[in-house]
Formats: sequence, structure tokens, C-alpha cells
Amino acid sequence: MALLSIRNLSVEFATASGSFRAVDAIDVTVDPGDILAIVGESGSGKSVSMLALMGLLPWTATVTADEMRFDGKDLRAMTPRTRRRIIGKDIAMIFQEPMSSLNPCFTVGFQIKEGLKKHLGLDARARHARALELMEMVGIPDPVRRLSAYPHQMSGGMSQRVMIAMAIACRPRLLIADEPTTALDVTIQAQILDLLTALQAETGMALILITHDMGVVAETARRVSVQYAGQKVEEQPVGPLFATPHHPYTSALLAALPERATTRLLPTIPGVVPGQFDRPPGCLFAPRCAFADATCQNTPPPVQPPAKGLVRCHYPLGGPA
Amino acid sequence: MSAAVLMAEGLSRVYEIGGGLFGKPREIRALSDVSFEIARGRTLAVVGESGCGKSTLARVVTMIEPPSAGRFAIDGTDVTPGRWAGLRDAVQIVFQDPYGSLNPRQRISAILDEPLKINRKSLSRAEREAKVREVMALVGLRPEFHDRYPHMFSGGQRQRIAIARALMLEPRVLVLDEPVSALDLSVQSQILNLLMELQERLGLTYLFISHDLSVVRHVCDEVMVMYLGRAVETGAKAQVFDSPRHPYTLALLSATPVADPARRKERIKLTGELPSPLDIPLGCAFAARCWKAQDRCRAERPDLEGDGHKVACFFPEGG
Repeated sequence: MALLSIRNLSVEFATASGSFRAVDAIDVTVDPGDILAIVGESGSGKSVSMLALMGLLPWTATVTADEMRFDGKDLRAMTPRTRRRIIGKDIAMIFQEPMSSLNPCFTVGFQIKEGLKKHLGLDARARHARALELMEMVGIPDPVRRLSAYPHQMSGGMSQRVMIAMAIACRPRLLIADEPTTALDVTIQAQILDLLTALQAETGMALILITHDMGVVAETARRVSVQYAGQKVEEQPVGPLFATPHHPYTSALLAALPERATTRLLPTIPGVVPGQFDRPPGCLFAPRCAFADATCQNTPPPVQPPAKGLVRCHYPLGGPA
Repeated sequence: MSAAVLMAEGLSRVYEIGGGLFGKPREIRALSDVSFEIARGRTLAVVGESGCGKSTLARVVTMIEPPSAGRFAIDGTDVTPGRWAGLRDAVQIVFQDPYGSLNPRQRISAILDEPLKINRKSLSRAEREAKVREVMALVGLRPEFHDRYPHMFSGGQRQRIAIARALMLEPRVLVLDEPVSALDLSVQSQILNLLMELQERLGLTYLFISHDLSVVRHVCDEVMVMYLGRAVETGAKAQVFDSPRHPYTLALLSATPVADPARRKERIKLTGELPSPLDIPLGCAFAARCWKAQDRCRAERPDLEGDGHKVACFFPEGG
């Protein structure tokens, strides 16, 4: 049975100029021990969909879904109090900017121990021991001294390790990492990614990795879901996705990578992601797509079968349709 | 023509911090003894992690602040603070963050007009306007954007505006401080293409600062890898990328994720982080994180040596 299954999730924000659909009918399925990467550019709704799962969106957001189950339990039917027992314990999240996600007023140790007290009800001595153990697990040198350090006394890489320690403190079964390495240097990024995959293998938790970096995806994920302007446009295992992308957007995105360039000028995707007021009536990618015709402009595309990577496209690429 | 447009010799920049009434201020050596030459129409990429002195180098070269030691010359003219005013035309900069580097209260026309107003006093209003429109067309901004404000543009368009502003005074050298790091992948390639077209058309010389090795590999001719304020390896692109000699370059290359799931490579695992620039170790700055470090590395600092492909290491790779 799937650990997490979300069907037809949509999120709309009420803004001063009308409602804005940030996430549009997204399906997510994660099995225990899976590593799923959600890729997309800014504004593709990748963070918002996960924040909706965590229940961390502001009141201006309206979340609707046909199904939202974690471990067989329906998250939509729960009272906030029951839901909070799962969020932070069985589902944990690591945020993008470690520097601004930690509370500057409390020591690192206090912030790690908070979850242990709330969710596991450990006593002070057990909390301290577990916090030390966690600091060692994530590779923070000199953990005894670091427990009483404040976030500003640590570097970006160290702060991110603290965030990871907090997230895995209650042994979550699903860890959501939202751009965990974007703010970090490459050598530190490599350390953090190695740490996350090692922890994943060790504990058998499922990992959802939100990123925009195709390199990180290729080296870390098992399955990849590509999002564009709030919609999931393609989902494939990592190997086939890079080898034979079925959606024109995925294909264009991969071609635009400088490392894949064969000519001095890079292939580009013209135009920009549609915003609140210029959402096309048909396929959302049609205005920028090299293959689009009148059907694409006017009719929203169907979701193709799994053999075609579940793409939302009238004319999927790669082999006969 | 191969004469160097930009030549630097032993550039250093030291900042003093702290120091109260009685305390002695402490020195931060942000940039130490950096030398390079860039020929006309070429691109030198400066690569390194945060705190390695890339941005300080950019500030010194664009004459935002004077070097503490060393000299640099533009087209053979030595740059000294006394000559700054006359030479600033020649070097312009494009900053990393297109959201923070444009004044939100100025129209695009005013942003682009300002360099001319200050530096080209002889131009009439109509001439300036014509020049603004010309440069806007050059970087691919539509004429109707002329009277809009920065908030009405996406990140990629704003970066075009920033590039247009840098081009207003027809500089010879463009310093690009992480010009595409804040942009999405699909927009990044548009800006990189624009930069390369401009270089070809206008014969511009680029000092391209970046931490993204796949971007650097695509755009540059020569590379300088920096670590803690010093150049640790310099050379032509092919030399540095295909046969890196400094262990740090090797680690940096192996840490960069490659968008190819079939390629399972062994990453070189660096332990630890950049030492603080307040107490730079006595020997090689990289020794504390280097897997090849020996006693000699910790005791004395290796010089940047070699012919063309230079490296600062006692035990370089490949001989």
C-alpha cells in the first residue's frame, strides 16, 4: 500500500485581484522507501503542493483534493489536533533556507529537543541523549558544544544539518526536502545530498525531494515528477525521464542545460511561465511549445497512459503515439 | 589582436574589522595576490565557493574599491584611484540579483538614461533617448517597455535591463557577478545566449564570476579557481576541466551534480568547511580539507606555478 497518496490536489489563493490557482489537479503517490523528485521552475507549485500536505498554508489558501491519505488515514477528515500528531512526527519537512527557517532566539539544542518533547514525550535526560545522537548522525562536529549554539553562530551547511536533525528527530516515515541544497555551495551540497540518501537508506523512510536542479535529480532520485505552472506534466523513473522525455517541456528543459549543449548558443524555451492573468485556455505550455498546434491552444490536453510517462500532452514525444 | 584588455598583478584586498578604542583591528584578507590577463573578446571565469573572494575581485576591478596592494591596468593604462573617474566607463558590472539591483521607483527609461546623464553631459535629451532605445533593442527589450517599472518584469527581463544598463557607456569589459544564478533554467539559457551574442557583436571582454561549473564550462575561455582569496589553479578551459591539477578543483568538479542518471561516479568527499578568513592557516589554505595534505602543506604555502596551466599545490594531480 502506498505510504502517501494524493489525488487531484488543487490549491487556490485568494488575492486582491481574484483567485489564483497555484496547484492544479496534482496526483502524488509515494511508497515506503521511495525517493521521488518534484522538479519545476519557480511558480510551478512544487513547494505549495507539499505545504498543503503539511497544512502550513496561510488562510488565504483553499485546498481541495479527492483523496489525501497518509498510511491509510484520511488527512482531510482529521481534526487539526490529530493531524498535528502526524505532521512533524511521521511526516517531516526540511525547508529551503536554513538560515531563515531556524528561530534565532533559541539554541539549536532547544529547537531539536522541542519535537522530541511534544511528539515522543521523552524526559529531559533522554531528550539530551537523543539530540546528541542526532547531531552525530548528521555529521556535526563537537555536538555537545553545538547544542547550546545559536543559529547565527553556525554556517549555512551546519544550519542545514540542524534542520535535517530536527526533521528526522522523531523517525519520520516520509521526509519532504524542499530545495535542501539550493542556498549552499557545491561541495557542501554534495555532503548534504550524501547525508540525505544515506539516512534514507538507513532508516527506510520515503523521501520527496523538491528541486529545480536537474543534476541533483539525476544523482539522487528514483522517480521524477515534472511540474509546470501548477500542473504535473510528466512522471517517469529517473533513467527513462532523462533518456526519453515524453513531454515537450521536459525535453526542452533538458536541452537547455549548458552541460548538454553541443553548440555555442544554447537551445532556449521562448517566453515565460504563464502568470495569473495569462493562463492559456488549452495546454499551459502551448504558447512556448515548438510542437503546438490549434488543438493545443484551445483544448486542455488529456493525461496519457503510464507508458507515455503520464504526460499532459496531445502529442507526446518519443515513439509512435 | 591579443593584447590584454584587462591585466592584474598581485591584487590584494584587506578589510579591517572590529578594534575598539584600545583593541587592535583584525584583518580579513579577502583577496590575496591575484594575477590574470584577459585578451579582447575573451571570457575569464572566476570559480569558487562563497567566501573565496570572487565578489571582492569584482568590486576591485570595477573600481568600487581600491586594491590594498598590487596593480591592474585597462588597455595598458594603470588604474589608480586618481584616474578612476576617467576609466570607470570602460568597466561595467552586472549583479547577481536582478530584483535587488534595479531601483523600483525608476522607470526603465530613467534607469538606462542615468549613466548617460552623468557621464555624457554633451548629449542632448533626444540623443540620450535614441541611445537608450538602441541599447534596449540590442538586448532584446521591446520598445513599449521603455516607460514601465521594474516590478512589471520577470527575472530574466530584469537581468536584460541590468545588462542594458551596463552597456549604456559602451564598456570594453563587463564584469558579470553570477548573472544567471537567480534565474530559472529555461530563462538562464536565454540570458547566456544574449551574453554570448553581445560578446561577438561588440567585442566585449568578460570577467564571469560564478559557482556553477556547468555554466562556466559553457561560456568561458579561461578559468581561475579561487579558494579563500587566492587563485589555486588557472588555465585554459580544456586544461582545467579535462585535466584538473589542484585537489580542490578536482573535488569541486566531482561535487557538481551531472544531469545523467546513468553516470554513477565516485564523489570525492570533502570533510569540513571553508576556514574563516580571519585566521587563514599558515600553509596551504586547503590543507585542512585535503585528502593529500602532508606536513609540508600545513607549514608553507605553495606558489601558483606552471606554464599556462598554473597550479598552487605541492602535490598536484597528474605529476
